Amino acid sequence: MTELPGDLLYTEDHEWLRREDDGSVTIGITDHAQAALGDLVYVELPEVGLELDSGGDMAVVESVKAASDVFSPIAGIVEAVNEDLADDPEIINGDPYGNGWIVRLRPSEKIDEDALLSPNAYQDLLDAEDA
Amino acid sequence: MPFIPHTEDDTREMLAAIGASSIDDLFDEIPQQLLIRSLDGVPPALSEMEISRLMRERAAQDGAPLCFIGAGAYEHHIPQAVWDIATRGEYYSAYTPYQAEASQGTLQTIYEYQTMITELTGLDVSNASLYDGASGLAEASLMAVRSNRKAKSGRILLAPGVNPNYEKVAVAIAGSQNITFERLPMNAVTGNAADQLDAGTSPVALVIQQPSFPGTLEDVDRLTDWAHENGALVIAVVNPLSLALLKAPGSWGTKGADIAVGEGQPLGIPLSSGGPYFGFMTCRQEHVRQMPGRIVGRTTDLEDNPGFTLTLQAREQHIRRSKATSNICTNQGLMVTAATIYMALLGFEGLRQVALRAQQNTALLISKLTELPGVRRLYEGPHFHEVSIRLDRPIAAVLDALARRDILGGYDLGDALLVCATETKTEVDIDLYVDTLRDILATRDLRRA
Amino acid sequence: MKTLIFEKSRNGRRAFAQAPSSVDDAAIPEALRRKDTPRLPEVSELQVVRHYTRLSRQNFSIDTQFYPLGSCTMKYNPRACNSLALLPGFAGRHPLGPVSHGQGFLACMYELQEMLKAVTGMQGVSLTPMAGAQGELAGVLMIQAYHKARGDLERNEIIVPDAAHGTNPATATMCGCVVRELPTGSDGDIDIAALKAAVGPKTAGIMLTNPSTLGVFDRGIVEVAKIVHDAGGLLYYDGANLNAICGKVRPGDMGFDVIHMNLHKTFSTPHGGGGPGSGAVGVGSRLLPFMPIPIVRATERDGATWYDWIAEDELPQSIGRLSGFMGNAGVLLRAYVYMRMVGRDGMRRLAEYATLNANYLQARLRDVGFQLAFPKRRASHEFIVTLKHEAREINLTAMDVAKALLDHNYHAPTTYFPLLVPECLLIEPTETESKETLDNFVAAMTAIVTEAKGGKSFKEAPYTMPVRRLDDVKAARQLDLAFRPPG
Repeated sequence: MTELPGDLLYTEDHEWLRREDDGSVTIGITDHAQAALGDLVYVELPEVGLELDSGGDMAVVESVKAASDVFSPIAGIVEAVNEDLADDPEIINGDPYGNGWIVRLRPSEKIDEDALLSPNAYQDLLDAEDA
Repeated sequence: MPFIPHTEDDTREMLAAIGASSIDDLFDEIPQQLLIRSLDGVPPALSEMEISRLMRERAAQDGAPLCFIGAGAYEHHIPQAVWDIATRGEYYSAYTPYQAEASQGTLQTIYEYQTMITELTGLDVSNASLYDGASGLAEASLMAVRSNRKAKSGRILLAPGVNPNYEKVAVAIAGSQNITFERLPMNAVTGNAADQLDAGTSPVALVIQQPSFPGTLEDVDRLTDWAHENGALVIAVVNPLSLALLKAPGSWGTKGADIAVGEGQPLGIPLSSGGPYFGFMTCRQEHVRQMPGRIVGRTTDLEDNPGFTLTLQAREQHIRRSKATSNICTNQGLMVTAATIYMALLGFEGLRQVALRAQQNTALLISKLTELPGVRRLYEGPHFHEVSIRLDRPIAAVLDALARRDILGGYDLGDALLVCATETKTEVDIDLYVDTLRDILATRDLRRA
Repeated sequence: MKTLIFEKSRNGRRAFAQAPSSVDDAAIPEALRRKDTPRLPEVSELQVVRHYTRLSRQNFSIDTQFYPLGSCTMKYNPRACNSLALLPGFAGRHPLGPVSHGQGFLACMYELQEMLKAVTGMQGVSLTPMAGAQGELAGVLMIQAYHKARGDLERNEIIVPDAAHGTNPATATMCGCVVRELPTGSDGDIDIAALKAAVGPKTAGIMLTNPSTLGVFDRGIVEVAKIVHDAGGLLYYDGANLNAICGKVRPGDMGFDVIHMNLHKTFSTPHGGGGPGSGAVGVGSRLLPFMPIPIVRATERDGATWYDWIAEDELPQSIGRLSGFMGNAGVLLRAYVYMRMVGRDGMRRLAEYATLNANYLQARLRDVGFQLAFPKRRASHEFIVTLKHEAREINLTAMDVAKALLDHNYHAPTTYFPLLVPECLLIEPTETESKETLDNFVAAMTAIVTEAKGGKSFKEAPYTMPVRRLDDVKAARQLDLAFRPPG
């Protein structure tokens, strides 16, 4: 069983989003995703200020056996990136929903919550993948 | 049946185990109309004795002319130990070292190679080789576009001295990815980049070849600083032997070149009609993840002993597929093994001696050639072991006449002749060339010379 | 154990025989001179010979071990191919030397082109690509050039099956194409309905391996060719598996328009620990004008055959040059010698005995309890075993078997490729291995499973190699890519 915080939204690509009080959105990859990738060895981060479309290339997370694109689940501008990951990518393995956050975006349009998954819906997705 | 060990009994037993009545049965899933009955275009088999005779005859047909051609591939003495060791079956017939525990020999050799070639070029990291120098420039150009994300123009500037064939290869390989190559203007006296340069809009990189294709020495410090001031990366194209005497790319200008590539052939690889050679590529640490090709790293094993393994593989095509840094898979591994042994044998002092001797031989050749009537240097200024000269006779016809006397007199640049005398030439060889050329130039009808 | 050549270095020690004598006058301006001294080793010739001989003995190789490595065709590399390619007349020939001093070499190259045309059923061959991946690049560039020359400018999609080698999608991207992945049917053949849905006015071509990387011959290939051609696309043949059909079936007859051959696989030039390869390309009539240069031509001259290069201006639509000179000429010579020694009838036998060995090994492994990925299909020259049951029930993964085999003195089969078969081993024995070798391999595979069932773990195998399992994560996190002595 992987951990699934109830206050987050999820995507089919195994990313999570947190809506912050200031209107920004923090994004990372789920516990399931980090476990599937294994020990991360590198995270390629976008530049602050980059404008992203929904579905655009946002980051790359790399383990010794795989490299996986992290797509932006929403349209927005990169407001901050987690610089600590540059030296210690394994932070994501240890704390994917906390210190292992990847990017904070300023949404450029209203977030379409119907296109995202609730914790329950994401759990159903994981169960279906397992079966 | 060359190289097939099966006896008739073997075949019978194996078919029985499969449950097939004949070998033809094993092909019964192939649409029968596609099967062919004979291969007329392939001649019947030759025994090893017969093919040896044929190949000896053909090799002898090509002779052993006295060669003064360089132009990107150079005749050097290759110590006997280099290929004696490199063609040991354990190197020669080994696979790519994906199974690290069973490939420590190849992996450590590559790690030592990476160390030597980064020391020579003065940069931080190296890959395990590319196909050759020309395709190395294509890969370096693609890499520069990935690394220099701020420059969105796709414009790669080329110093005037970049080998024209390298440009053609770079255009063929990288040209379909919105990359354009533009030559900087030339100073007609020196053959180097013009004094006044205009970088245009956000160039991705500047390619500087040192020594230049026509053999001259470019002011690499000035060009490197100029490129960096204009937001471009610097790609150095260098002859590795020249780095025994010339400033390493990592020391060019204030900040040094960003990427260095070149033809590894001078490091113990036979001329062999153009290949297999190897392209080397080194770069600054910050660009390592954009570097194409395999890279070996040192790590530890379960018992904490040191060992070697391929690393950063997630950049490569077998994992990253359509998003890989390059499609390159096979490299030139055996050539790198040979080059590593060559560099270990010579050491830096040995490389210096070879480079100095080649430099002196070429200087002697040029001083004697330019005493002949109508022969003069194309460009003023210093050179490295290769010089362009002008003749007042048609170059192609002169070269033909020399070839008839078993002398390969240089590479035809169209308006000039590019000549090179490496350490393999003696003063007797040089005099023979000069005397023969004197005779030919004195002949009215070159077809009879 | 792991001493580096640099650690044997002593100031002032040298291999004196290897340096010419010269005086220290380089005639190089001060500003351009090198001032630092790069740390190359300072060692004697004997030290070098011992060091690299010792390292060589830490390698597996065909000369010392069996390599059942799927999709790689690790067959015996005949020694004559090497020694004849290194004859002084060949090894010493300058690439820019005149054709008058290259007739022997060029004759070999011309005849190699002709033999490769015959084997593949293509109309033209260019020998210049330096490896399979460069052959692929040449092929896709030719497909693009063909469409462009016809004014058909919208075709930028390359269809690639999901089982394809990673080089296929990587190449298509390198050429600026969009990759469309095609699913494989449950029987291993291409899903025809999915193909029909994928092709259209944007289709530039499809890249296929047949037999595929799943170890089966695609029975629908004629229909596949028709569907792609009817849609205006061209067919690219990845020749990685040519050893399976050499002398039996020709890609040209299947309907392919362009093919690359891996001469280091089918025609037994050495792998050299990762290269050099050679990726000669063959084309059908439609792509002849676009072939990469240089190409060798034969003409009659004074009653004898004269060989020369087709000049650049004689092939103005060529995709151009892919190497500084003419590709891996020495590799081509080795392939030429090999093909002449194998000869017309031998070509067919390569495929026959490679296929016999694969089907025999497949049957034997099935009989001792291994699960085949495609049990109802004939094997081509290779086949897939899946360990998904073993992984679940006795915690024995494909990786474990691969590492355990090293302790039995066998190189591992290809593991975890193709990606769509879980816990897979792709096994290719090649025709040069004897029945005894295959039987012994089956015994080793059986022993590993028996031990695992008895509770033995192979998570830390191998035990008998020069090193134990290496820490890949550390290698990637703490990059150590060159030796820099302290101080």
